[in-house]
Amino acid sequence: MLTSKRPKPKGKVKFLSSNPFSKSKNPQLLILVIILVAIFLLFGLLTKGKIFELHSLQAIAFQLPLLGLLTLAQMSPMLTGGIDLSIVSTANLSAIIIALSMTQFNFSPFLAIVLGLVLSLGLGVLKGALVAFCSIPAMIATLGMMIFIRGVALVITKGYVIAGFPQSFLFLGDGTILGIPMPFIIFLIAAAFMSLILNRTPFGIQLYLLGSNPTATLFSGVNNKRVIFRVYLLCSFLAGVASIVMTARFNAAQAGYGESYLLLTVLACVLGGVNPSGGFGKVGGLILSMIVLQVVATGFNLLGLSSHLASALWGIILVSVILTNRLIFARET
Amino acid sequence: MIGREAYLVNKKIFQQTEFYLGIIIVALSFFLTLINPKFLTLENWFDMLRSNTFLGILALGELVVLISGGIDVSFTATATIAQYIMGLIITTYYIDNVLVAFLIPIPIGIALGAINGVLVYYTKVHPVIITISTLNAFFGFLMFFSGGKWIYNFPPSFRSFSRLQVFSLVNARGVQYGFSIFILLWIILAIFTWMILKYFPIGRKIYAVGGNLEAARRAGFNIFRIQLFVYCFMGALAGLASFVNASLNQMIQPNSLVGGELDILAAAILGGASVFGGSGSAGGAFLGVLLIAIIKNGLILMKASAYWHEVIMGAIIVAAAGISAYQQKAKAKREGEILVQ
Amino acid sequence: MSQKIEETPKKFYLVLQNVSKRYGGVVALEGVDFTIFPGEVHGLVGENGSGKSTLVKIITGVVRPEKGAEIEVNGQKVEINNPFDAFRLGIHVVHQDLSLFPNLSVAENILSHRYLEKTQKLINWRDLKAEATRVMDRLGVDIDPETEVNHLSVADQQLVAILRAIASEARLIILDEPTSSLTRREVNRLFAFIHELQARNISFLFISHRLDEVLEISERVTVFRDGKKIGTFQQKELDKKRLSFLMTGKEISSRPSSVRDLSQKEEIMRVENLTKKGHYEKVSFSLYQGEILGLIGPRGSGRTELALTIFGLNPPDEGKIYFEGQSQMIDSNQVAINLGIGYVPENRLIQGLVLDHSVEDNLVITVLCQIIKGMGLVDLQKKKAVAEKAVQEFNIKTESVELPVKTLSGGNQQKVVLAKWILTSPRLLILDTPTHGVDVAAKESIYQSIRELSQRNLSLIFISDEEIEVLNNCDRILVMKNGQIVGEFFPSETSEEELRKIILQ
Repeated sequence: MLTSKRPKPKGKVKFLSSNPFSKSKNPQLLILVIILVAIFLLFGLLTKGKIFELHSLQAIAFQLPLLGLLTLAQMSPMLTGGIDLSIVSTANLSAIIIALSMTQFNFSPFLAIVLGLVLSLGLGVLKGALVAFCSIPAMIATLGMMIFIRGVALVITKGYVIAGFPQSFLFLGDGTILGIPMPFIIFLIAAAFMSLILNRTPFGIQLYLLGSNPTATLFSGVNNKRVIFRVYLLCSFLAGVASIVMTARFNAAQAGYGESYLLLTVLACVLGGVNPSGGFGKVGGLILSMIVLQVVATGFNLLGLSSHLASALWGIILVSVILTNRLIFARET
Repeated sequence: MIGREAYLVNKKIFQQTEFYLGIIIVALSFFLTLINPKFLTLENWFDMLRSNTFLGILALGELVVLISGGIDVSFTATATIAQYIMGLIITTYYIDNVLVAFLIPIPIGIALGAINGVLVYYTKVHPVIITISTLNAFFGFLMFFSGGKWIYNFPPSFRSFSRLQVFSLVNARGVQYGFSIFILLWIILAIFTWMILKYFPIGRKIYAVGGNLEAARRAGFNIFRIQLFVYCFMGALAGLASFVNASLNQMIQPNSLVGGELDILAAAILGGASVFGGSGSAGGAFLGVLLIAIIKNGLILMKASAYWHEVIMGAIIVAAAGISAYQQKAKAKREGEILVQ
Repeated sequence: MSQKIEETPKKFYLVLQNVSKRYGGVVALEGVDFTIFPGEVHGLVGENGSGKSTLVKIITGVVRPEKGAEIEVNGQKVEINNPFDAFRLGIHVVHQDLSLFPNLSVAENILSHRYLEKTQKLINWRDLKAEATRVMDRLGVDIDPETEVNHLSVADQQLVAILRAIASEARLIILDEPTSSLTRREVNRLFAFIHELQARNISFLFISHRLDEVLEISERVTVFRDGKKIGTFQQKELDKKRLSFLMTGKEISSRPSSVRDLSQKEEIMRVENLTKKGHYEKVSFSLYQGEILGLIGPRGSGRTELALTIFGLNPPDEGKIYFEGQSQMIDSNQVAINLGIGYVPENRLIQGLVLDHSVEDNLVITVLCQIIKGMGLVDLQKKKAVAEKAVQEFNIKTESVELPVKTLSGGNQQKVVLAKWILTSPRLLILDTPTHGVDVAAKESIYQSIRELSQRNLSLIFISDEEIEVLNNCDRILVMKNGQIVGEFFPSETSEEELRKIILQ
């Protein structure tokens, strides 16, 4: 590890005293693990162990993937210091296309899914072009796109619900393989895909560095615009994947579905350790944060408490994690 | 004489948003009047303004937050809590006094705004993150405690107040119409916001903080007090807007407002506020809302599907942002800057 | 000699006695005595970490000195516990970033202290403008008071920042690296302005790495090294060489490079009639294999713009670039890098490095295509190996390649930037003022690297502010001014004086 031959003790002391968390890199992940264990234990006690029963775990695995996939989609723009406010409307429009393909045109579920994903990618091209090539601030470009796409969805559906899909399609929402719910399998595949892209491709390395300091990556020969463009493609693609799970789970598609998930994805990303100003955040942290959120929701459900109380608790958990981080940071300096 | 030239350019840029908004509004009005002369009647305008008062008041609050370099997405929950508590109080104790009803939501809004202000200042985390958290917390608690129940059957004074007009006119068909009290409230608040931003030291400090936070700290400005003011102001306006909303609808639904926060953000941005802080004006925010109102109204008068409204709005926001980004690029190019990010 | 000065009967504006500061166990400042006269311009020099910024922090109340320190302002014993105490005593800092409000008018910036007043009156815009104009008129500054500050040039912004201090009745203005982004003409204007204020009994503490300018403007100069004051000297006693000796404690070996015969070498790049409107005009020159070509000229001369053109970030309007004999359209820096051109930027911290990320990632960013295996995936082992090899080769001092670059010292950070370009095995490397803001000692190691690289047949363009630097290290020197190349010299045929004369003319 040590490449320099200078006297070690001095350097080591400095290393240890300067940043006690540099080994774990991200104290937030540690906090998250602690919270997760605490929450599991707490709900384990309160529900008398019911939360550990198979059907509870299965419920968690059924409910987590939709928000999980959308959060994965939100992750890559946030890593560049941007944001995509249009992921839910993208997913909705894609869901409507999938639904219409199957109900109006009698396309096979496979073709419908392909069409949905193509549409999502198309919207990604548009968003990517606006943010990367027209240099419009991400928040404004995607806010405009959100309203635009939502409008298109409304114009197409006139506000009606589209429902009634073939069983083979619904399997993606309610089926299980070896007891593992299909949505969860899709989520895990998407997470693995995302992790692979972020950690093992040149694009991923460029993305992390660009998120921290775009000027430096530009001077290093990184084509920043292309990286940002791809980020919005990736993001919209994942929103498209989310739309499959959404349509299959709800057995319906409508213009306004899941809108409350939009800001939650940002919350979940930050809880999972994604730095809102960009450059840092791992898929692992994101999965942890998803589990924390879902366990709270399922636990409340098992206790017969309002799901709204759970969502209030989500907000409070994030604020507490931020405050804890702040305390640690304040003590460090 | 470098300064002189810069001065002219600067003046132009400063007035740009309001100027363009004004032109678009005039052109659109002209066009709509040609299609349907009913557009340019006082009756139509009074009606249009009245139904957008809620949006207009909230956009003023969001504007002030944006100028300070912050952002607030929790105000819909704040407004809902404020109006719900007001509704509970006046229906439970049957308080037949509009003034009391009017005064209840304001301190509630300020208190919830203060929570945002304290958290934003203390955590130093981007306000969008903080206010997403508080949005969830506020709204979750409200839904839990209210059980989602609607409130109606308000006292008579509350009902008659919503029909109160500053002055009334009668149209050709003999139907009475008028200038609603709520439009007056909106205009007063817009002027008040403009006064604060332009003539009060706190207003200038809000611009200063949005322009360069570190410089403001070094200059000795009390950042905490400024941020607290900004989020409390937003909270107060959310409270007022919630009163207007409850009064216009004569009904309080706990889940009707939350989810609309980004549309109000869009209105403020359309009015020229920057998401990076430091710029924006009350006049712009007013015109931004007016433009949205005219588009909605125009679609109805053209008998087009109301669903097109969002498509047009979204396209306008993207186009406006695109033009402004292009202008910045062109300006940088003219001045010979090398475009590196 | 410092004793002699303190015996003069003239009353001091500021007197510090026995000022020390420790951070944890580290001594940042030790037993310093320090004085400033009313109306004096006092230079403050020292390498990074020598204690000068700690001294400034104590004077401005950002940190408090250890017990036993005494501070006198205007003959009164005072305690400066926070920045407001310093403001009240008339002590103001103009930070390097100027700390202005870009979105507010000049008048508001100058009079921003008004917003601090307890009695908050409504703002009278006419009065504000008149007052700001009065302040400016008194000092002969002509800037429109209603202009937004972000529309001003950096030089004008600098004046506004100083005017702001004056308007709140500053008696001592601390200027932190005030000239770092000014052209020479703007520096002259700033200095004239400082003299104007000096005549009104306002004192200045002038902190700069540019020793020429410190010597030009200061009456006395105080030198710090390793947290101790080496001494305060009359400007007459000093020259640049002596000053750098006092700062480092080392004699700088300024030996000129040995004359090398490069006439046999092949031409690697030729630039013909290159023009970019507003940046530079009709620039032509050649560069040979293994040559170190010095490019010298004042800021704003077009040298960085020219360098960025060669690196593909500033496409020219006209003219041609031949690289290894072929005419090339270098319209992005990916093209430049593929041709074998590297660029070590002027601003290491912003343009050169991603400070929060690991040494490893910063090193491999330029060579990502070399560390991928099948299916376009990154070979993590190879990635680490490449980084560790570079760390070893360039003797970069770090505990691990996984540590963030920001944990490294400035000199080692600069090595990381250099290393990431060498990894691309370039044919031409452009170094844009690589020694700017670097300690005198660290400079020497950079010169060393440059010479070594040229011996590996790498061609270098060395952009610099300092005549002596290019004279000692380059094979050939181009002088650039107002967007044109105005002279070409071999170091053996010219002198520092001649170069300076051309530049300042």
